[in-house]
Order: sequence, then C-alpha cells, then structure tokens
Amino acid sequence: MEGSIVEMGKLIGAGIATIGMGGAAIGVGTIVGNFLSGALRNPAAAASQTAMLFIGIAFAEAFGIFSFLVALLLMFAL
Amino acid sequence: MTTATTEAAGHAAESAAGMPQLDISTFPNQIFWLAVTLVLIHLILSRIALPRIEAVLAERQGTITGDLAAAEELKQKAVEAEEAYNKALADARAEANRIVAETRADIQAELDEAIARADAEIAARSAESERAIAEIRASAQEAVKEVAVDTAKEIVAAFGVKADARAIAAAVTQRMKG
Amino acid sequence: MAAEADMMEASGPAIDPMHQFTLKPLFGEGPIHWYTPTNATLWMGITVLAIIALLVFGTRRRAIVPSHTQSVAELAYGFVYQMVRDVAGKEGVKYFPYIMTLFIFIIFTNFLGLIPMSFSVTSQIAVTAVLAVLVFVSVTLLGFYLHGVKFLGLFWVSQAPLALRPVLAIIEIISYFVRPVSHSIRLAGNVMAGHAVIEVFASFAASALIAPIAMVGIVAMFGMDVLVAFIQAYVFTILTCVYLKDALHPSH
Repeated sequence: MEGSIVEMGKLIGAGIATIGMGGAAIGVGTIVGNFLSGALRNPAAAASQTAMLFIGIAFAEAFGIFSFLVALLLMFAL
Repeated sequence: MTTATTEAAGHAAESAAGMPQLDISTFPNQIFWLAVTLVLIHLILSRIALPRIEAVLAERQGTITGDLAAAEELKQKAVEAEEAYNKALADARAEANRIVAETRADIQAELDEAIARADAEIAARSAESERAIAEIRASAQEAVKEVAVDTAKEIVAAFGVKADARAIAAAVTQRMKG
Repeated sequence: MAAEADMMEASGPAIDPMHQFTLKPLFGEGPIHWYTPTNATLWMGITVLAIIALLVFGTRRRAIVPSHTQSVAELAYGFVYQMVRDVAGKEGVKYFPYIMTLFIFIIFTNFLGLIPMSFSVTSQIAVTAVLAVLVFVSVTLLGFYLHGVKFLGLFWVSQAPLALRPVLAIIEIISYFVRPVSHSIRLAGNVMAGHAVIEVFASFAASALIAPIAMVGIVAMFGMDVLVAFIQAYVFTILTCVYLKDALHPSH
C-alpha cells in the first residue's frame, strides 16, 4: 500500500513537471513570432539572423526538455 | 516494466530498467566506442573527405573564373573583329565608289570620242552622197533633155513638119528651164 | 518496485517507451564490459560507413559538374564551413574539421536513429555528455592557451556599471558552467523525447478503436522528428561555434 502511494506521487509529480513544457512552447512561439514580425518589416536583414533565431529557439526549448527530463526521471528513474 | 532480475540486481540495475540512459555500468562501453567513432570520423574527414571537397570546390571556382576570363577575352576579340570588319567594309565601299567614278569617266570619254568620230564619218558620207546625187541628177537632166529633144523631133516629124534640130533643142531647153 | 510492476501489468499491455534505449551486447548475453560490442557500437559503425559512403565514395570522381551524392557532400561542407566562418570568424576556420566531425556525426546518428528498429546513439546521455564536455573542455583550454589570464575577461562585463560587475560575473560563471549540461541534455532529450512519444503512440495503436488516430500521430511525430534531427544537429554545431567564438574573442 505504501508503495502505491509513492508511485502515485511520482506520477502526479511527473504530470505537473510536464506543465513546464508549456512554458517552452510559449517561449518558442514568442521568439518565432517576433522574428517573423521583424523579418516582415525588414526582409533584407532576415536571412542573416536565422542563425540567431535557431539559437534562441534552442535555448527556449532546452528548458522544455529539462522539464520533460524531470518527468521521465520521476516516472522511471527515482 | 521492471522484471524479477532487476529487482535482484539492486538499485543501479533498477534505474537501468526504468531509464536505460542512466545505467552507469554501460557508460565506459559507450564512451570507449564513441571515442573510437569520433577519431575514425575525424581521420576520414581531415585526411580524405575535406581536402578532396575543398580541392573540388577550389577547382570549380578556378574553372568558373577561368571560363569567365576566357569569355571576356573572346568577347573583346569579337568586338575587335567587328570593328575591323566595319573598317574593311567602309574601305571597300570607298574603293568601289572610286572605281565606279573612274570607270564612268573613262566610259564617258570613250563614248564622247566615239560619238565625235561617228559624227565626222556621217558628215563625210553625207557630203559624198550629196555629191553623187548631184552628179546623178545632172546626168539625168542631160539624158532627159536628149530624150525630150529626140521625142520632140519625132513628134514634129510625125506631124509632117521638117523641124529644125537646133530650134527644137533650144525650145526644149527653154521649156525645161521654165 | 514490485508494486509498480504489478500495477503496470494490471492496467493492460505494458507501455515501456524507454525500452528501445537499452544497450544490449551484440553477441550473446552477459555483462557489458568497456570493450563489448553492443547495438550502440553497431550503429556507430553504420554511421561511420554512411559517412564514408557520402563523403568519400560520393566524391571519388572529383567532378567539376557534381553528381547528386557529390553535391550533397559539397552542400554539407559549405553549410558547416559558412556557419563556422560567419559565427566564429576567420580565425575559427582553423577548427573547421573538428566542428565538421561533430556535425556529421550528430546528423548521421540522428537520421539513422529514425530508421524503425534502429538504435539512436544520440539519445544516450553518456554520448552527448561526452560530446558536450569535449567541446567545453577544449574551448576553455583553447581560450586560456590563446589569451592566458585575459580569457577571464569573458566573465567581467566591462560595459556594465562597476557595482553590478561582480554580480554579473557570478551569473556569467554559472551560465558558463551550465553550458555543457544544457548542450548535452538538449540533444539527448530532444532525440529521446521524439522516439519515446512515437513509441507511446505505437502502443496506443494496439487498440483498434484509436488505432487510426495513433497512426496519424506516429506519422506527424515522425515528421517532427525529422525536423528535430536536423535542427538539433544544427543547434549543437552552431552553439559550438558560439563557444569557440567566445574562446577566440573573449572580450565583451
């Protein structure tokens, strides 16, 4: 019985941890949206900044991956 | 998910069954083979692939640059050839005009001369003809006079009159003059 | 853990999306020593063969007008070369072969890992951690080798007000040491997440009721994973270039 409660706690915790991925989604959306509005204002400068776009996406997305990792650790590793 | 064997094998194996990436016991193996792989890839790239691709790209760049230079040179040559052609054409045209004018002058001169010669000849011939005609006319008049005298004499004789030959001739002459 | 196993067995077919990442010896059973050839070894070997096929056999004719494979090889070369030159500058071109090695290795393992039933080498944290630590250590050593103590100026933001500088220095140092962590976990996490989600959808497909939705989900996730496979290789490489630039020009 005790084991089941621990298991429940882990799964609930994993579920809560995945909320963090929503933050990453918001971040990626903000970055791409701002890039797009900037690129539409000045299309000539857009091509030179795609590298920065991807770096920004990668940073924002990393935190979503961290929360996913926490969820996985809770479910499988701990 | 977890099996009986993992439960017996302690915590490390347990986490391996849950999340295999965190199984520390496999790390030396992965790191060793990763190092082997990376060294292999690096050797392949730096010894064979990258110099080769670099050479190909450089060669292509060189070929393109060379081709462009050659094309530029050929274009220059074409322009020069066109200029030379135009110049030759102008020269030829001028020469032709000159020859035409010369020839025309020559022909004109020859023509004038020929016309003059022809005129002279015509004049000579017509003078001669004139003279011949006058001669013929003169001889014809003489003949007519003789015939007329003879005829008159015959007519007079036919009328039975003994005519004086001299009087008849004088009358005929007077008549013809009249 | 017995309770966990019981519970999972009780709730229908067991969904184990992480099973695909298990290392197994290629020949027979037994413990994995450091030299044991495993499925990871097999797929690393296939990666090397694929790289040889593309970059060595694909370019063997050295054609001025390239064939399809040769233009792909040249495209990869030009892509990474331009990235290094644009981000790290002219001095960074010297380190282009190392960055090309990283990029080619990651992109080939990512794409080979997308083949069904294959093993994704880059989903292993051990692998990506080695790559990230390799980059971190070599970039740090290079910075100290080129600039000596002045390399520490990277952490001393000279444009900021003097009072703020110590605080910023602490933040900079922390973010500097977090680099290998995020660098490695980003790659492994993305690849692992993609594969795990596909496997979850695949296990849903066992039920006839939701099988069509699950299959659409598999296809969609697979397309997403193809994109991720490329973008993560690109991001790993470009971040390496950014770190290299910091080592070459540490002043802010």
